[in-house]
Amino acid sequence: MKVTLERTELLKSLTHVHRVVERRNTIPILSNVMLQAEGGNLKLKATDLDLEVVESIAAMVETPGGTTVPAHMIYEIVRKLPDGSQVVLETSGDDSTMEIRAGRSRFALQILPVTDFPDLTAGEFTHSFTMTAGGIRKLINSTQFAISTEETRYYLNGIYMHSLDIGEGLRFRAVATDGHRLAQAELEAPEGSEGMPGIIVPRKTVGEIQKLLDDPEVEIKVEISETKIRFTIGDIILTSKLIDGTFPDYERVIPKGNDKELRVDRDAFKEAVDRVSTIASDRGRAVKMSLSEGKIVLTVTNPDSGSATEEVAVEYDNEEFEIGFNSKYLLDIAAQLEADSALFTLADSGSPTLVRDEGSDEALYVLMPMRV
Amino acid sequence: MAPEATTPLKALCRDCTRRFRADLTRCPKCGSPRILAHAELDTLEIAHIDCDAFYASVEKRENPELADRPVIVGGGQRGVVSAACYIARIYGVRSAMPMFKALDACPDAVVIKPRMELYSQVGRQIREEMEKLTPLVEPLSIDEAFLDLSGTQKLHGATPAELLVQFVNKIQTELGLSVSVGLAPNKFLAKIASDLDKPRGFSVIGDAEKKEFLAKQPTSVIWGVGKVFQAKLERDGIKTIGQLQLKDPTDLARKYGAMGLRLAKLCQGEDDRHVSSNRGAKSISGETTFNTDVSDVTQLSKSLWALTEKVSYRTKKAEKSGRSVTLKLKTADFKTITRSRMLHDPTQLADKIFRTADDLLHNVADGKMRFRLIGVGIGDLGPADQADPEDLLDEQAEKRAKAERAMDALRGKFKDSSVVSLGRSIKSPSKR
Repeated sequence: MKVTLERTELLKSLTHVHRVVERRNTIPILSNVMLQAEGGNLKLKATDLDLEVVESIAAMVETPGGTTVPAHMIYEIVRKLPDGSQVVLETSGDDSTMEIRAGRSRFALQILPVTDFPDLTAGEFTHSFTMTAGGIRKLINSTQFAISTEETRYYLNGIYMHSLDIGEGLRFRAVATDGHRLAQAELEAPEGSEGMPGIIVPRKTVGEIQKLLDDPEVEIKVEISETKIRFTIGDIILTSKLIDGTFPDYERVIPKGNDKELRVDRDAFKEAVDRVSTIASDRGRAVKMSLSEGKIVLTVTNPDSGSATEEVAVEYDNEEFEIGFNSKYLLDIAAQLEADSALFTLADSGSPTLVRDEGSDEALYVLMPMRV
Repeated sequence: MAPEATTPLKALCRDCTRRFRADLTRCPKCGSPRILAHAELDTLEIAHIDCDAFYASVEKRENPELADRPVIVGGGQRGVVSAACYIARIYGVRSAMPMFKALDACPDAVVIKPRMELYSQVGRQIREEMEKLTPLVEPLSIDEAFLDLSGTQKLHGATPAELLVQFVNKIQTELGLSVSVGLAPNKFLAKIASDLDKPRGFSVIGDAEKKEFLAKQPTSVIWGVGKVFQAKLERDGIKTIGQLQLKDPTDLARKYGAMGLRLAKLCQGEDDRHVSSNRGAKSISGETTFNTDVSDVTQLSKSLWALTEKVSYRTKKAEKSGRSVTLKLKTADFKTITRSRMLHDPTQLADKIFRTADDLLHNVADGKMRFRLIGVGIGDLGPADQADPEDLLDEQAEKRAKAERAMDALRGKFKDSSVVSLGRSIKSPSKR
């Protein structure tokens, strides 16, 4: 194999694919990135056996062929090469090393045969549709923070995506929860998504897609089967296994009968929570919220450090009561809100509370209270 | 230390706490030969108190028929000796000796399965008595502790030595147990002193003789010098602390690193560690060795549940909660496997600990691999008040938690109880 290409192009592509490669691997070839030169292209591929990213970039191919080299190493090398240089990749005659040449720099990397490189066979996709990068990013950004890290409930370690008819047309919905808070965001369902199976997209995959979304206007092709999902973003194809599990019946969790409404200026609320939770330990201590007509009082008490209190003006005219929330969870949600005013719908101090943007149903958040 | 009646020493009767001149060999009041005499008797303030053959002594107290018989406390066919009474020790039985060896040495011994619940209860009683002497009690284990008695003389109207003698007698009469005491200028020497004439010992090491005393001791009396390090020192020609005393501290530090620095100080009898009472537990755990190796996952799971219940019980009792769960397994060929998992929230519930540990177990045990030991523990301990928040998704979890708390309440009521969780026919922790 011998190819010549722009350092900038190569670096950009390596940046995309090398992240998939785990730093520590028991199987040596999983540390490598596959390079395949053919026609006018160099194809790069990396995988961790659950997730695979393939990208094709333009290159001058002198001798077609393929090889695999350590992913993080080639990424570091190319990153350090001078901007604007031409890079030559060439395998040695005995197929034991690959040379990287640029200007006066010369590297020889040990290679492993391309035939050993695993392939995440995608199989047949049953559903195919397109969404904008902006739309996907919105779904991810609104829900990602609530993904659980608890290994015992592995089926919560991702974002649940499905399409459903809520009466006013088909919606495409993303949900994530860790049992303490739940985040739900939805869009108008793209054509082709009707009848798709409910899927759980793993956390790592979610993070990788998020990093590949640049221009919000770009159309992204999404293909889905029972076990896999594929995103095609320009020249990049990301294929991932899905979490093999059943996502809980989350709609049951979303409170329907909460009757006490509270409206608060989002920024004022966010800043107040941020200030009082300075006192809380990093473990996420409870913020006590005392509701009364026209105001809430936020209090944090930490036996190890002291206490903090702040009053925030709100629209509220229901009965007085107190409710506690994990300060970190409250901040996470406050960070997601987009409208100027946030709407809290509460029942009592022991029941889940609903939070959303005033005047919008596109995203909603459920928060389990804490004992205070 | 043996009293040397040369200069006018101060002496104290260990039976009636009478003070007298130190040139007498018996108490002028009660005639007891058990006297304590030392020049620094009234100025030393750091004590180490250690119960004598604690588990075995408690068992003898509980069953007076055992008084004159060799008693070994320890578990099962494959267990080790947890404690041996002084009669058993005459036959050569030692702590941590495999049970079969112990029984070879002393075939007539009465072997008793450890009753940890009882021992810790007695241990707590002793600790309470210690805490009446000073708030600065640093427990080292269930039956031993360091005490800093400085500044307590005015309060009690007695010197630390007098106070300790009263304490020993009180434990003997009220709890029926004997303890050994070491009184010294620091923790290191106090610990060595308490070991000097066990059982029922009371030894004093003062500043005046500490260096000379240590010089004769082997290096192994230094805390932190184990078999391996001792062998290393011996290769370098150091057998006694006396030889260490002659070394240059810088050389020791260069040769043995941080440990060398410690050696340099300790060999001179200097130890500036404080007695601190807030050495909270870092983890709560339990483990069991099987009589025969087990490979069956269901059976492993069952043992795990029993252990989990104990761990949970102790966690609740200590009003703690843990954020990490660790599973420990020892394979038939003595390899130790541990697997840990962080929880989302701290817990004290057996249900939650078990679910996590059992999941870890199923990742390791394949039904073929044989294990001789299983253990479970929780770590990263914190207070109980933030533990086990309600879960949005798992309504059953709250029900199970309520059921567990209800059973705990019943267990509390009936003490030794037959309250057993449904479907998991395990003996309650206190029933044997």
